[in-house]
Amino acid sequence: MSGAAAAGLPLLPAARLAPLLAAVAAEKAAARRRFWLSAGVLLALALLAGWVAQVDAGRLLTHGDRFFGYFARLLTLEAGDRAGQWVWQDPGEWLWGLRHWLALLGDTLLMAYVGTLLGATGGFLFGLLSAANITRSAALRWVVKRVLEFCRTVPDVVFALIFVIAFGLGPLPGVLAIAIHTFGALGKQFSEIVENIDLKPVEGAVAAGADWPAMARFAVVPQVLPGFLAYGLLRFEVNVRGAAVLGFVGAGGIGQDLIEAIRKFYYNDVAALLLLIILTVVLIDTGTSILRRKLMEERA
Amino acid sequence: MSGTLAPLPHPVRAAALARLPALQGTYPAAFRVMNSTRLGVFLLWLAGTALLFLGLWRLGVEPSRLATGLGQMWHFLGLMLPPDPGSWANVRSILHALAETLAIAFLGTFGAALVALPVGLLAARNATIHGIVRFLSRRVLDGIRGVDALIWALIWVGIVGLGPFAGVLAIFTSDIGTLGKVFSEAIEAADRRPQEGVVAAGGSGVARIRFGILPEVVPVLAGQVLYFFESNVRSSTIIGIVGAGGIGLHLAEMIRTLEWPTVSFIILLILVMVAVIDLVSGRLRQRLMG
Repeated sequence: MSGAAAAGLPLLPAARLAPLLAAVAAEKAAARRRFWLSAGVLLALALLAGWVAQVDAGRLLTHGDRFFGYFARLLTLEAGDRAGQWVWQDPGEWLWGLRHWLALLGDTLLMAYVGTLLGATGGFLFGLLSAANITRSAALRWVVKRVLEFCRTVPDVVFALIFVIAFGLGPLPGVLAIAIHTFGALGKQFSEIVENIDLKPVEGAVAAGADWPAMARFAVVPQVLPGFLAYGLLRFEVNVRGAAVLGFVGAGGIGQDLIEAIRKFYYNDVAALLLLIILTVVLIDTGTSILRRKLMEERA
Repeated sequence: MSGTLAPLPHPVRAAALARLPALQGTYPAAFRVMNSTRLGVFLLWLAGTALLFLGLWRLGVEPSRLATGLGQMWHFLGLMLPPDPGSWANVRSILHALAETLAIAFLGTFGAALVALPVGLLAARNATIHGIVRFLSRRVLDGIRGVDALIWALIWVGIVGLGPFAGVLAIFTSDIGTLGKVFSEAIEAADRRPQEGVVAAGGSGVARIRFGILPEVVPVLAGQVLYFFESNVRSSTIIGIVGAGGIGLHLAEMIRTLEWPTVSFIILLILVMVAVIDLVSGRLRQRLMG
């Protein structure tokens, strides 16, 4: 405060200043209490969760070096002329199954593409049906919303597990699982976009005599298409990751080879497959980000 | 005639049609049926459809398989209703597994949040030490993100053994990547002015972050952590399939032994649990933002 006085700023008289300072101090004390209370609650929940989940910090410390040991083993050649050296020093030996794996990756990408496309088509329609400003019947909206919610909440791996038993092994159950989950997720996102559109074109089309399909086609779709496409691309990115692991339950793609390699301790194959999966995911992520940015710019 | 606009009443329509030749003369490009953009869109649509049919053929999506499969699904659906856990012992073990699932999601998410905060700072343009550090952190985060939580679960089961601890570590590691990226984007979007104020008042780099960035950004980060907690509850329900604890193992077992009433019971409980968590988390997020 002496600094303020030195700068020539007028000071409040002490009697008026004291309650203000007290109020600030009380507020800060209350904020500090709230902070420590929340921290305490979080800590208590964490300890409870740790007990339930059998977290054993000791085990992590003793076996912690295994984490790095595991990755070191992944990256050390096990067979061939250069056994014992780093995997990248003998790419021919390390990537022996490259052709087969690239085919599987192609299948995985196709699975994600077909599943996303089929799910997006259904989600498009159901998204329109569940939007409050487009569909008048509250009962219809409620039913559609519950269907979308169910498809979205049940993880696609669970759908894949059931579909593998119904449809047999192979990529078909995987595609269906991805399609249904995408249908639920995109349906909800689409309905949110539709609920935020400008209603004037809609009113204009209805006033000119358009029925529901014509109104949707001319007044709604042009406004929402860039947003739909952006969400669709994002969902494709997520589904590529999902398709890669659906093979764990027999639903095709590169996941099947990966889980086999991990369980049979083919360490170098695990490293190769993980590298291929990571590279694919990064490529798809970058590609879809670029496309999404172009869509957003077009909209603005 | 659905899908086309009905004709307008006569005077307006007549007037518009009368103006048509003049408009066509002034703006010939707007009346051309095909131009370069439309051609591009059409070709894209064609390529997309071709890829779709290629995919359907290559992945074995045949009508006969679909028909038999759907018949099976209908049969299973009949067996799934009404949901029936079978015995009270089953119910207890299912509830225990659900509690394990929540615990895995909780510890994994919040542990990852603690680690992702410093990493996110390093990966943000306005809070990092050096451009190279930022580049490396971003690539490491992308690499970790690229590996799905289920794959991490397999790896951790190999290191610490079967059980929920591997699940916690799997969610923890995969979330460091996702939360790290999301945190860094939020930090980069922080308002410049508080930071400039701190620096102008003589604050060091650390003070700039502590007083200039964090107070504004922490509620946003907390909201995102809650959002990802919701998402992780869903992921935790399935990592049990590879032995990393939670309800996933139970569910996979019941599906594989075709105990359909128990399967539908478990799915029902999962739906309820996720709905409750979504509700609670949504309320907390509103209180953080509001």
